[in-house]
This record gives sequence, structure tokens and C-alpha cells, in this order.
Amino acid sequence: MDLSLSTRTVGDRTVVEVGGEIDVYTAPKLREQLVELVNDGNFHLVVDMEGVDFLDSTGLGVLVGGLKRVRAHEGSLRLVCNQERILKIFRITGLTKVFPIHTSVEEAVAATD
Amino acid sequence: MATVELRFSALPEHVRTARLVAAAVARRAGVDEAVLDEVRLAVGEACSRAVGLHQAAGVTEPVRVALIEEEKQFSIEVGDEAPRSAPGDRASGGAADTDVETEEDEMGLAVISGLVDDVEVTAGDYGGLIRMTWPTTPPGVALT
Repeated sequence: MDLSLSTRTVGDRTVVEVGGEIDVYTAPKLREQLVELVNDGNFHLVVDMEGVDFLDSTGLGVLVGGLKRVRAHEGSLRLVCNQERILKIFRITGLTKVFPIHTSVEEAVAATD
Repeated sequence: MATVELRFSALPEHVRTARLVAAAVARRAGVDEAVLDEVRLAVGEACSRAVGLHQAAGVTEPVRVALIEEEKQFSIEVGDEAPRSAPGDRASGGAADTDVETEEDEMGLAVISGLVDDVEVTAGDYGGLIRMTWPTTPPGVALT
């Protein structure tokens, strides 16, 4: 399965809905999307990962890269994920301390801390 | 001898194929369903790393994956043929590139060691090998 990406604006947040597999082959597409959003002035991103079937360290690297980019503009990058197998990868790499992870897009969009 | 052997050109698009084949053979070998996600992720990480090493070193040989069914265990070996060199030895790319590659390489290994209890990483002048092993329950054998 390939990667699907769609973006929409909710208030001052940009929600990126990701579906499919994020791996060494597809991660560059996600990186391009995040870079483009930041270059266009979208600094508060919510990445909805509910439709993601697979995530590897290349994907984690892209998300960390996105976080670094938005932080350079005092922005934020929040994740939405309830899938245990995806959350596990964030836990074993210690990235749960780096990314705010929410259970719904509504919650992520409303979060301000 | 390996149950299934796979050799693929060192390109990112083939890593998914390796994941699917490894998971299918692991399932047949009796690896617990709950662990198959980990097998899929670990073999993907090992293959991504091998692809990266081959591409960085300009190695045209394929990446090798051996899926080995043994008594009470299932092993996956992912072998690369990228020569290991001292940092800064690399023919192409600046120091910054090397750092990024090393970081990504270590991230993959960190995920593997976080996922797999039984893992062995070896590297020599002519390439490296990651061997990962999981316990199996043979089909038809009841747990007592």
C-alpha cells in the first residue's frame, strides 16, 4: 500500500491526514509535504496517523524533522494516534516525550500547552 | 539451509516486499500472531539500513535476507555488502551527510534492539549481518 496524504485547515491549525505505510520508500513524500506546509507559513501542524498501517524509523525521522522546522517558527506539531502498534514505536524510541500525542483531531486542535 | 532466501536490488521500494515475505514465512513457521508486527518492523528496519549502506557506499550487489525456520525458533538474517570504513573515509559526501546517515542508521538499530530480544549485529571489512531470532510454537503442538 502506498502513502496517502491530505491536508485541511481547522482554525489556525493545519491537519495532515496520513494513510497507508510510512517507510523508507514513502517517507520522502511525507517530508516534502511537511516542508511545503512550513514554507507556506503553516507552523501549527496536527498529523493524524489513525489511517497509518505501518511506521518505521525513517517515518519517525521525518516527523522529528517536521517538529524541528515548526519549532524554528515557534510552531507546534501534534500527533493523533490510538493504534497500539504505532504508539509502541514512539515509546521504544523515547519519542513520546518529544511529541504531544492526542486521541482525536478535535483534542489536538484544541490543545494549547 | 534457509527456508526462504531473498535477494533484492538495494532500492527503498523493495523493502516492503521483504517485510511482507518475512511476515508470511514467520507466520507459517509458528511465530506468535502478536509478534508478527514486530517481525515486520524489525526486518524492515534491517533492510532499510542495508539499502542505505549499499547506496551510500555505491555497492551494486543485492541485499540478502535469509528466513530460517529451526526447531522452536525462527531467525531472520539481513546481510549487506557495504564495506565499513572509518568516519571521514567516505569517497563522496561531506561530513554533514555522514552524520545524518550515521544518525538514521543508529535510529534503525535502536528500534531493532528495542523490539527484538535476541539480536546479533556483526560487521566486517566486506559487509555486515543482523541476525534476529524469535521463538515459535510448532503447529499442532499444544502448549502445556
